[in-house]
Amino acid sequence: MSVSFPLPSFNCRVDCGKDFDAARIRADFPVLARQVHGRPIVYLDNAATTQKPRHTIAALVEYYERHNANVHRGIHTLAEEATDLYEQARRCVAAFVGAHRPEELVFTRNATEGLNLLAYAWGRAHLAAGDEVLISEMEHHSNIVPWQMLAAERGIVVRWAPIDDEGRLDRAAFRRLVSPRTKVVSLIHASNVLGTINPVAELFAEARSASPGVLAVLDATQTVPQMPVRFRELGCDAMVFSGHKMYGPTGIGCLVLTEALAEAMPPFLGGGEMIDRVTQDGSTFARPPHRFEAGTPNIADAVALGATVEYLDLVGMDSVRIHSECLAEYALEQLARIPSLTVYGPRDPRERVALASFYDRDVHPHDLATILDRQGVAVRAGHHCAMPLARRLGVPATARASFGIYNTRDEVDLLVQAIRHAREYLGHVA
Amino acid sequence: MSLELDDLYREVILDHYRTPRGASPLPHPDVREEGFNPLCGDELTLELQVEAGVIRDLSVRSRGCSISVASGSLLAEALRGKPVAEARRLLAGFKAMLAGQAPADGLEMGDLEVLGGVKNFPVRIKCALLPWTTLEQALSRVEPT
Repeated sequence: MSVSFPLPSFNCRVDCGKDFDAARIRADFPVLARQVHGRPIVYLDNAATTQKPRHTIAALVEYYERHNANVHRGIHTLAEEATDLYEQARRCVAAFVGAHRPEELVFTRNATEGLNLLAYAWGRAHLAAGDEVLISEMEHHSNIVPWQMLAAERGIVVRWAPIDDEGRLDRAAFRRLVSPRTKVVSLIHASNVLGTINPVAELFAEARSASPGVLAVLDATQTVPQMPVRFRELGCDAMVFSGHKMYGPTGIGCLVLTEALAEAMPPFLGGGEMIDRVTQDGSTFARPPHRFEAGTPNIADAVALGATVEYLDLVGMDSVRIHSECLAEYALEQLARIPSLTVYGPRDPRERVALASFYDRDVHPHDLATILDRQGVAVRAGHHCAMPLARRLGVPATARASFGIYNTRDEVDLLVQAIRHAREYLGHVA
Repeated sequence: MSLELDDLYREVILDHYRTPRGASPLPHPDVREEGFNPLCGDELTLELQVEAGVIRDLSVRSRGCSISVASGSLLAEALRGKPVAEARRLLAGFKAMLAGQAPADGLEMGDLEVLGGVKNFPVRIKCALLPWTTLEQALSRVEPT
C-alpha cells in the first residue's frame, strides 16, 4: 500500500506474509480459540462486529500501561506521548482509507455519530424546507433516522431510491429522483443485509450533474473491512465508518471529510478541545478536525484503531478482497443447495461483500439462530437495523451469516451442515 | 442436540407453532391490541371479547418465531372463558416463571408450564413474553385495574 505519511510503529508482532492464509490469521485472534456449547466457535456475525487481533488488544493495553495522559495541552512527557500516538493514529487511518491529508479525518464514536454530526452541523446550516435528501431502500437505520429527525425539525424531504428484485439499486429510478432540489445524497457503500456493493462513484457523479452543489455522503462501514476503500476516488464529500467492524475496538469511528466541506461546517458539540479562544462575549473555534472533536477524545481506542489498520496493511486489503469474494462465492453456492432457503442480494460475488442473508420457509430466523448457536455457529437473526429493507423484501426478519478475514470455506460447510441439522431437529427434511 | 434445546423445543410447543389455536379473528372484539418486538420483528394481533369481567372469547394471530407463536396459542387456549382477575394472576405467574421465580401460592400454570424451558435462553424470553405483554396492554384498556 502507498502511504503518503510515515506509519508509526506499534511494535507489530504479526507476520502475515504475502500469501493470504486464513489459518495463520486465525492464530492472531485469541477469541477464536474459544469453545461455545462444547464446539469450536464458528463466528459468522462479523457485519455486526468483528473480533480483535492480538495486535489491537496489545496496543490498547500498552497505551494504558505506558502512555496514558490527556492530549493536546499537556507540557509533560506522557501528555506529549499520548498526543503523538493519537495524531499518529489519525495519520495511519487517514492513509488507510485514502484521505489526502490526516486533517481530513475526524474521530467519532462510530459511523452513526458521523452521520448525525453531518445532519446536525451541516444540515442545520445549509438545509431549508423543501430541500431533498436522497437515500436508498437498503440504508441502515443510522443513515435514515438522522435525516428523518432533520425533516421533522426543518421540513426537508427524505426521498428513497428503490432497489430491484435482485437487491441492486435501481439506477433508472435513482436518475429520476435526483434534481436541483437534491441537496444531499447519502448512500451505503455495501448493504449490511444484501451484501450489494453499490457503484457509488458513478451514482455520486450522476447526482452532481443533476444538482451541482449536492453533498455526497458515503457510509463505508461494511466495505472498509472487506476491500481497499479510497476516499478521494469515490467522489464523495464525506465518508463514515466504525472501528469495531474493521477489527478495531468499540467506541471509535471516523468521519472523513474534504477540506472544503470541513471549512463550510459549523461545530457539532461545543466544549474543550474544539475552541480557539473563549471569552465572556463568545468563542472562536479550532480548525478542523479538532473543531469536531469536543471534549477529551477516545484516545486509547483511536490509538488501537491505528494499530488495527497497521495490521490490516500487513494482511493486505487487496488479498482481503480476494478472500472475501471467494468466501461470498462459496457461501452462495453452498446455501443454494438447501432448497427451502431464499438467499438475498446479487448472484455475482464480484458485486458483493462477504455476507449472506437468508430466509428458510420452514424455520424462523430466531429458531435457526438459537439452534445454530448450540452447534457453535454464531449468526444474527432479525432486521439488522434496516427495517424498511426487511419490509421491501417482504419478511419480518432474516438470518445473516457474515464473514471476516479469519473465516474459512470449512466454516461455510459447518454453517450449511448446522442449518440442515436445525431443519431436521424441527421435523423438516434436511 | 442438547437437553436444554430439547427443553425449549418440546413437542407441545412445536405442535402449537404448526397449528396455532385461537387464531381466527373475532367478529366483534371489544378491544384489539397490536404487539411488536422491535428487536426481532415479531408481531401479533390480540383481540378480546369481555363480558361481566370474563374473557368470553379471544384471538391471537402471530407472525414470528416458534416460541412467540406457541406462546400466543397457549395463551389463547388457557384464557378463553377465564375471569379477567385470573388472567391477571396467570400473567404474573407466567412472567415469574420466565424470570426463574416461584409462582404465587396455589397458582396452577397448567399447559403454560411447557414454556418454562425458555428461561434458559435469555434472548428468547422476549419472544415468549410478547403475547402476554400485549395482553397486559389490552386488559388495561378493557378494564383498568
